Amino acid sequence: MNKRAQKLLQSDGSVSVLVVLLGFLVGTILVALVGKNPLNMYKALLQSFSGYNIDNGRMNVRYIGETLNYSVPFILCGLSMGFAKRVGLFNIGGEGQYIMGMTVAQAVALLGPQIQSLHWMLAILSAIVIGALWGGVVGVLKAKYEVSEVVSTIMLNYVALYLSRIICLQLPGATTYKTANFPQTALIGNTFFQKITNNSLLNNGIFMMIIAVVVYWFIMEKTSLGYGMRATGFNKDAARASGIPVVKSISISMAISGAFAGLAGGIVALGSFKYGRVISGMDGYGFDGIAVALVGNCTALGTTLAGLLFGMLKNAQALMQGKQIPKEITFIIQGLIVIFIALRSALKLYQEYLDKKQLQKEVGVK
Amino acid sequence: MSEYAIEMRNITKTFPGVVANDKVTLQVKQQEIHALLGENGAGKSTLMSILFGSYTADSGTIHLDGKEVDIKNPNVATSLGIGMVHQHFKLVQNYTVTENIVLGMEPTKGRLLDLGSASKRVKEISEQYALHVDPDSLIEDITVGQQQRVEILKTLYRNANIIIFDEPTAVLTPQEVDELMDILKKLRSEGKTILLITHKLKEIKEVADRCTVLRRGTYIGTVNVADVSEQDLAEMMVGRSVKFEIDKPEQQVGKTMLKLEHLSVTDASGVSRVKDLSLEVHEGEIVGIAGVDGNGQSELLGAITGLIPLASGTILLDGEHLENLSIRERIERGLGYIPEDRKKYGVVGEFSIAENTALKNYYLDTYRRRFGILDFAAMQKEAENLIEQFDIRSAEGSSTLAGSLSGGNQQKVIVAREISLSPKVLVVAQPTRGLDVGAIEYIRRRLIAERSKGRAILLVSFELDEIMNLCDRIATISKGSIVAVNKQHEVTEREIGMMMAGSKAEGAV
Repeated sequence: MNKRAQKLLQSDGSVSVLVVLLGFLVGTILVALVGKNPLNMYKALLQSFSGYNIDNGRMNVRYIGETLNYSVPFILCGLSMGFAKRVGLFNIGGEGQYIMGMTVAQAVALLGPQIQSLHWMLAILSAIVIGALWGGVVGVLKAKYEVSEVVSTIMLNYVALYLSRIICLQLPGATTYKTANFPQTALIGNTFFQKITNNSLLNNGIFMMIIAVVVYWFIMEKTSLGYGMRATGFNKDAARASGIPVVKSISISMAISGAFAGLAGGIVALGSFKYGRVISGMDGYGFDGIAVALVGNCTALGTTLAGLLFGMLKNAQALMQGKQIPKEITFIIQGLIVIFIALRSALKLYQEYLDKKQLQKEVGVK
Repeated sequence: MSEYAIEMRNITKTFPGVVANDKVTLQVKQQEIHALLGENGAGKSTLMSILFGSYTADSGTIHLDGKEVDIKNPNVATSLGIGMVHQHFKLVQNYTVTENIVLGMEPTKGRLLDLGSASKRVKEISEQYALHVDPDSLIEDITVGQQQRVEILKTLYRNANIIIFDEPTAVLTPQEVDELMDILKKLRSEGKTILLITHKLKEIKEVADRCTVLRRGTYIGTVNVADVSEQDLAEMMVGRSVKFEIDKPEQQVGKTMLKLEHLSVTDASGVSRVKDLSLEVHEGEIVGIAGVDGNGQSELLGAITGLIPLASGTILLDGEHLENLSIRERIERGLGYIPEDRKKYGVVGEFSIAENTALKNYYLDTYRRRFGILDFAAMQKEAENLIEQFDIRSAEGSSTLAGSLSGGNQQKVIVAREISLSPKVLVVAQPTRGLDVGAIEYIRRRLIAERSKGRAILLVSFELDEIMNLCDRIATISKGSIVAVNKQHEVTEREIGMMMAGSKAEGAV
C-alpha cells in the first residue's frame, strides 16, 4: 500500500468518507441483487438532495427544504451523543431527552402566554432546559454514585416515553394521538423559507441548529470548560490527578448533551407539526444520533455533514418507494455505515500488519 | 553433550513499528549463570519470551544441547526442561505452597487428588536446594522472598534444567537479594543452567559467570564477567560512558514545608494501608521513603495528593491544612506531584505536549481569556519554552501528541509541568522507573536542582540505590508505618534492608 493510502487511513475524517462510500457500494449491490435498478436509487438520492428530477428534468426545491429539515434533529441528536462521547460517556438517552424536549415544548405551546416572539422562544427554551435536566440527572448519578450512564439513560428513555403520554393526554383537546392545534405564536415556521422552498416544512429550527453547532464547537475546542472535558474524556485519571473537577465535568457534559437533544425535540414539535402529538412510540432521532455522531467522529463539522447525509437518506425514502425500490434500503445503508465505522479498528489492525511486513522487509527477514 | 545448553541463533522478532530483536545470538554454556543485560526496551524480555515459547521468532533458530528445537508454546518449553520465574509471581494466594506447585499437573491416586506425595516431593526438592519452604503454608502467609522460592520450586518440580529469572530482585529486600544469590549459586552447583535477566550490574558481578548485552534490540556482545568492571558493563549497555555518582551540594535546610501527622488510610475493603504515620519534609531537603512495593507507599502519596481519601490525621503544607481540600486546591496551595504511573496519572496521551504542560493551570489567567476562551497560542509558546529547557525530544514540537513520546520524554513533560508551577512541596513516585540511563541521570539532576532552589521533596522509590544517593533523610516504611528516619550516610543499605523487613534499627534519628 502506498504512502498516500496510509495517510488516508490514519485520518478519522477520510475513514468516515470511505466508510460512507462503502456503505453505498454494498447498498447498491443489494438493490441489484433484489432485481431492481440501482440507478433508480441514485436518482431518488439526487432528487432528495438537489430537488432535480432527472427523469422529467423538473426541479422541485421543496425536496431541498425537506432534506434540510430532516437533518436538523439528526444533527442535534448527533451533537448530543458527540458531546457526551468526547467526555468519555455513552449517552444512549438522546431519545428520552428528545421526547422530554418535545413534550415540554408542546405543553408550553398550548398553555403558555400567547405573546408574539416570546411564546415560541419560551417553548424552545423550556425544551432545552428539560433536556438538560433529563441528561444532567444521569450525569450526577454517574459522577457521584458511579451508576452506568448506559443503563440509566436507556431506562430514562422509557420513563420519558410514558411520562410524555401522561402529560400530553392532559393537554387541551387531547385525544389518544393528538392534542389541539398550537396557537400561531408558538410556531417556528418561516414564511420566507416556505416561499423559496415551495412550501417545505423548513423552519427557523435550522438557525437554532446552526447556533447549536457553533456552540458545540466553541465549548469543546475553545473554552476552558471544553478543555477540562476533553481531558476527562481521554484520560479520567490524569484529569483527576491534575485537579480537573471530573465530577463536575461529567455532570455538566451530560446536561449539555441533554440540552442538544431537548432542543431537537422542541424544534420537531413546533416546526414540523401544527398540533401536539400524543406519542405511543419513539421517533428514533435520539438513536440515529448515535450513528450520526460516530460517522462524524464527534466533531462539530463531521456531525453536521453526517446529519445532512442521514437527512437526505430519510427524505429519499418516499422517492425510492415511488421508483419501486424498498425504502428499507436506506436503513440498510445506515446500518452498514455504522458497522463499517465499528470496523475501523480492524482497518487499524490491518495497517499495523502492513507496518510490520514493511519492517521485516527492511531488516531482511524472508 | 554439547558445549552450550542453549543456543539462540540470529533471532529476529518484530512488532508493529519496532524491531524488538534484530539477529540476536545468545549462547549459554552448560551449568553456568548467564546474565542477560540491557536497558528497558533492549529486547531482553522478548528474547526470553521466545525461548519460553510465549512468542514465536520471525526468523532464527533455537538449539538445546545442540539439537534444534521448535518451541511453539510454554508447554513445549516446560517439556524440554525450561522453567521461568516471572517478575510478577503467578500464584494463587489462598492455596498452599504444594497446591500452587502442582497446579496444572495434579498427582492422583485413582481418581482422588494425592497431595500427600506431592507435598513430600516438594519437601525433598526444597531441602536438596536449600530453599527452606514449608510445603503446607498458605501463599498469603509467607514473605515475598519465599513466594519467589515457590516459583523456583515450581520449575524444579517440573524437572527444569534451564531456569530463566526475569528481574528477580525487583521485589526483594537487600537481605532477600543476598539469599537469592546463594540460591542461584546452589542451583548452579546442582547442575542447573541459569539465565538471569536484569539491569542491575552489582548482581551480575556478584553471581554471573558470563553476560550477554543487548542494546535496542541488537546483540552487543558476550563477556566473561570476571574480566570486566561494572563500568565496562554499563558502557556496553548504554553505548557511551556513564556517570554513577550524583553531585549533591551540601545544603542547609529551611523551615518545615510538609508535615504529616498521624495519617491513616484504609482501602476499599477496610484494610488499613497506612497506620498512624507522621513525617516532616523541610525546605531544601529530599526525604526518601524506602520500602518494598506494597507497604503503603502509593496509599500515602494518594492521601497527600487527594486521590485517595484519608481516614484520619492531618496534612500541613506550609502551615495550611490540606486534608479537606480538593485536588485542585491542594495544587493551588503549592503541591506538585510526579506520579508513578505516568501514562495513567501523568499525561493525557491524546493531548499535545502543549495541552499537557497546561493541564494543571489551564483555567488560570495565564491562559484563560474572556468568556472562558483559552489562549492556545500562549500554551504552545510556553510549551516550546519548556521543551527547550527540559530537552524534550519530540517529532513536531509542542503539538506532538504526548502518547507518541517515549517514556523518558513523557516523564520530562510531567517533570517540566510540575517544576514550572514552582510547587513548595514536590511529591515524587518512582521517577526513573522504566527510563533509559540518560533520562535517569537527567531526572535525578533536575530533582537535585529543585532541592537547591529550596523545594521540599518527598521521594518514593523501590530502587534502594536511588534513595541512598538522592535523599538527605531516609524514612523506611514497612506495613504502612515508618520504622525509622535516618540521615543519609548514617545508615547502610543493609540496615535499611533490615528495617524494610520490619525490624527496628539502632540509632534512628
